[in-house]
Amino acid sequence: MRTYLLRHVQVLIASVGQLSRTPGSTLMSVGVIGITLALPSLLYLLLVNAEKVGNAWHPGTHISLFLDLGVDAERAQSLLERLRRREETQQVRMISADRALQEFKELSGFGEALDALPHNPLPTLLVVTPERAFEHPDELQRLVSEFGALPGVELAQLDMEWVQRFHVTLRLARRAALVLSVLLALAVLLTVSNTIRLAILNRRDEIEIIQLFGGTDRFIQRPFLYSGMLQGFFGAGTAILLIVACLQVLRSPIRQLADLYGSVFQIAGLRVHEALALVAIGIGLGWLASRWSVRRHLHRMFPSAEPYSPTKAGTFAHISTLRHRVLKLRRSDKRRNR
Amino acid sequence: MIRFSQVSKRYPNGHEALKRISFTLEREQMAFLVGHSGAGKSTLLRLVTLIERSTHGQIVVNNKNLTKLRRRQIPFFRRQVGVIFQDHKLLHDRTVFDNVALPLVVAGVGHRELGRRVRAALDKVGLLGKERLYPITLSGGEQQRVGIARAVVNRPPLVLADEPTGNLDAELSDEIMDLFHQFNQYGVTVMIATHERRHIQRLGKRVIELKNGELMSAGDQN
Repeated sequence: MRTYLLRHVQVLIASVGQLSRTPGSTLMSVGVIGITLALPSLLYLLLVNAEKVGNAWHPGTHISLFLDLGVDAERAQSLLERLRRREETQQVRMISADRALQEFKELSGFGEALDALPHNPLPTLLVVTPERAFEHPDELQRLVSEFGALPGVELAQLDMEWVQRFHVTLRLARRAALVLSVLLALAVLLTVSNTIRLAILNRRDEIEIIQLFGGTDRFIQRPFLYSGMLQGFFGAGTAILLIVACLQVLRSPIRQLADLYGSVFQIAGLRVHEALALVAIGIGLGWLASRWSVRRHLHRMFPSAEPYSPTKAGTFAHISTLRHRVLKLRRSDKRRNR
Repeated sequence: MIRFSQVSKRYPNGHEALKRISFTLEREQMAFLVGHSGAGKSTLLRLVTLIERSTHGQIVVNNKNLTKLRRRQIPFFRRQVGVIFQDHKLLHDRTVFDNVALPLVVAGVGHRELGRRVRAALDKVGLLGKERLYPITLSGGEQQRVGIARAVVNRPPLVLADEPTGNLDAELSDEIMDLFHQFNQYGVTVMIATHERRHIQRLGKRVIELKNGELMSAGDQN
C-alpha cells in the first residue's frame, strides 16, 4: 500500500516535470482551458449580480386587499394594525373608501356623475408590501390566499406580473448559461485530449517498451491522467485569475454607475467555495479528457491483441486474398485487351 | 516451456510468415533459432511474447494457452518472460538504473527490494559501476548488457533474445552468449534467434531452423 501511494506521488511529480519540459504547449493549453473556464464563470457571476440588482431595484410587490363594503373605518384600522404586526409584511397602507372616491373623481372626469350616486360604491383598500424574504412567487401566492381568507376582506389581489417576468427571464438566462457551460466544457475536453494525444505520440516508444515488460494499461495511463488533471488544475487557476482581473476592471465603473443611481450596489465576486468548485471541475474535466484520449490511443496504436477469433481473422484474410486475386485478374484482362 | 502445435501466422496482406510450425522447448533447455532474415524467426518470437497473435494453431508458454489469453492478462503473462532486442529498446532519457528497474516498477516491487535486485542484475552483467549513466554514453555491447539485465531482473523462467549480438564484434558477442549460457545453467529456459552459426558450434546447444516460414529441423529434443 505504501509503495502504491509512493508510486502515485512519484508519477505526479514526474508529470509536473513532463509538463514543464514542454512549457510552450503546456502554457498554451492551460491558457485555453483558463479562458474556456472563465467564460461560463463570468456569465454565472453576471447572473448572480443581475439577481442582486433585480432584488435591489425592483419597485416592490404589492398585495391589494379590497375590504367588504360593510367594513367601517374602525374595523379597517384594526385589520391594518393586525397586518402590520405580521412578520411577512414590511409596510401596510390604507386607502379609505372616501379617499379612493376622491381620487377617482379627480382622475376619471366622471365627477358629477359620481355625485349622483346615493352612496360610495368603492371599498376600503389596504395595500400590503411584503418583506423581501417573502418575495418568492410561491410565498406570495400563499400570502394572497391567506389574506384573502381574513374576515372583512372581500378580495386579495397580487400584482405579480413584474415578479413573474423577472423570474422567468432569470430562469431563461440560467438555462442559456448552462447550455453554454456544457459547450465550453466540451471545448476543455477537446483541448486536454489533444495535448494528451500529442504526449502519447511523443512517448510512443516508451509506452511500447513498458508494454513489453508487463505494464498494464492502467500503469501506462496513470502519468497521462495526472498530466490531464494538472492541466485542468492550472487551467482553473488561470480562470480564477482572469475572473478576478475582469472584476477588478469592472469594479470602478460599476461603482460610478451605482452612485449615479444613488445605490450602494457592490459587485459580487467569486466566493471561496465557488472557486474551489471551479478547480474541481477543471481537474475533473482534465481527468475525463485524458482518460478518454489514452484509452482511444492505446487501443489504436497497440492493437496487439484481442484474442484470436478464427471467424474474424479468417474473414479478413479471406477478403484481402480475394481482393488481390480480383485485382490481378483485372490487370491481366487489361493487358489482354491491349 | 514453449509448445507450438501447427502454428501459422498469416498477415492481412496474404503473406504467410509461419507455416504450420510444431515444436516443444522443455523447461531449463537452451535453443538457438536460426534461419535467414525473413525466415520467420522474429515473427515466432513475437508470437511467444504476444506482440502478435497467431492466425492458426495453438501456442502454450509457461503452461498458459496464448490463444486464449485476453488483452487484460497479457501484461501479467509478459512479466514471466524476459525479452532482449537487437536494437536494445532502452529509454534514452532514463539512467541505466531506471532502465533496468522498469520491469520491477511496472510490477509494483517495493523501493528497497527494487534497488537490491537492480544492483544484482547489473552486477551479473558487469555494469555495477554504471547505474547512474545514461545509455547513450555506453558502448553498443554495454547497452545490450543493460537490455539483458533488464530482461532478467524480474527472474523470469523464460528468456527470449532476438539477434542479441547483431551489431557486436566477435569478442563482445561471445561474452553476451556466455551470459545467456550462464542464465541457462541457473535454470532459466533460453531461446535465442541468431544467424551466426559460430555460437551454435561453440556452445553446442539445440538448433531450431526456419526457412521461408517453414520448420526445417527442430533439433535434438535433449
